[in-house]
Amino acid sequence: MAIDKKIASEEKEAKKKEMILFLSNTEEREHFLSKNNRKLLSDPLNDNNPITVQVLGICSALAITVQLEPAVVMAVAVMAVVAFSNVIISLLRNLIPNRIRIIVQLVVVAALVILVDQILKAYAYDVSKQLSVFVGLIITNCIVMGRLEAFALGNGPYKSFLDGIGNGAGYGIILIIVAFFRELLGSGKLFGFEVLGHKAAVAAESTGLYALGYENNGLMLLSPMALIVVGIIIWVQRSRNRILIEQNN
Amino acid sequence: MEEIPVNKTNTNSYTFIFAVIMVVVVASVLAFTATSLQPIQNENVRQEKMQNILATVGIETERSEAEELYNKYITETIALKEDGSVAEGTDAFAVDLARELKKPVNEQVYPLYIADIEGKKYYIIPLRGKGLWDAIWGYVSLKNDVNTIKGAVFDHKGETPGLGAEITQVWFRERFADEKIFDGNGNLIGVSVVKGNVGPSNKEDNKVDAISGATITGDGVSDMISERLQHYLPYFKKQTDIKVAIQ
Repeated sequence: MAIDKKIASEEKEAKKKEMILFLSNTEEREHFLSKNNRKLLSDPLNDNNPITVQVLGICSALAITVQLEPAVVMAVAVMAVVAFSNVIISLLRNLIPNRIRIIVQLVVVAALVILVDQILKAYAYDVSKQLSVFVGLIITNCIVMGRLEAFALGNGPYKSFLDGIGNGAGYGIILIIVAFFRELLGSGKLFGFEVLGHKAAVAAESTGLYALGYENNGLMLLSPMALIVVGIIIWVQRSRNRILIEQNN
Repeated sequence: MEEIPVNKTNTNSYTFIFAVIMVVVVASVLAFTATSLQPIQNENVRQEKMQNILATVGIETERSEAEELYNKYITETIALKEDGSVAEGTDAFAVDLARELKKPVNEQVYPLYIADIEGKKYYIIPLRGKGLWDAIWGYVSLKNDVNTIKGAVFDHKGETPGLGAEITQVWFRERFADEKIFDGNGNLIGVSVVKGNVGPSNKEDNKVDAISGATITGDGVSDMISERLQHYLPYFKKQTDIKVAIQ
């Protein structure tokens, strides 16, 4: 009788272990914000930034950084898509047939992007019009597929989630910095508010900086300036963080 | 001989079953979301339509306030037949121009919105045509003489950003204000979008300046205006309160 019980409890234990392995695949449980996990969040913000270091996702960074609002929405959308597709792929990672894994990843990402698009159309219609095709193009954003292949397929769901949030944020922060400068210098506004004063059609009626003869820089509104701003960010980042500079041997 | 262990996820049958289940699950999730969010999305589209109609007569609103103002200013919404008579029982606001354009001319209905703003009457005509890549559409409003344009709005599905897509911008729309749609002899020719500085102040030449690099989209706008407007001539001829010499 006692042996039976023991076997039963052992079986139970084994199943539990299997479940934990299935879910996390880590030998021992870590604190939920251990040093390693924090690194997953903070690394993409600086040392391993998807845009400035890995140079991924540049196309959307050029296209939707004319104003802050769409940039913020895009950042949130990408963050949600990377985080949740990472979690889903990580949960399925032991079940996904290896030969069709790229297709599976693509389907998961595409489904999430369509969900985001539908939700934006219903609850943020004007923003969704502004973002137009670029929401759909999150599917082709290299950051998403890159994280799935490089991280989610080999790590547990919680870590994958953190990795997704981290990379989404790393992408988003660059987007927001670029959009800040482009909107400020290009149209003298931030989130649509005229922070540099009002520029009237008649020069005498202008207020703020415009009264002193300041002019908006129309070039900032064009996509080439996004590339130049990203370039300047990379320059500043590398001069502050010497590890990132490639060695020429 | 020892059997080589086969990973079950690499067999053909597993791959097929996995793919089938995945597709079914994803499809049902998407179908459910799309269906449940549809009413809210349709409401947004409807409000935007009202917003656009109001914009042609110079009333710029927020989308949330569009419905109230629309009900206040748009006094009549009628659907016309080819001969200019009113098609009874047709909800003109719900007419889908994209679908109408596929029908032969004599089976189409032509929606017309009539606005009354501080005693002045405006006729608002919906437009739809072809741009470079895909459909373009918009609204144009005529003053009481059905000759002078009060305002116009345009939108597009997939014109090139920075070039053709600029037709949605206010500075392009403003070029149409006060342009005439009839030439000096009373023939309806619409407003052409043409190259070369055609004098923004000359409102009698039936021409507005084009956008550089957007020739085909501009031509699409011209064609759409002249093609759509001519269907409303029979109706305007019947109206006794319209004082213009229509040939």
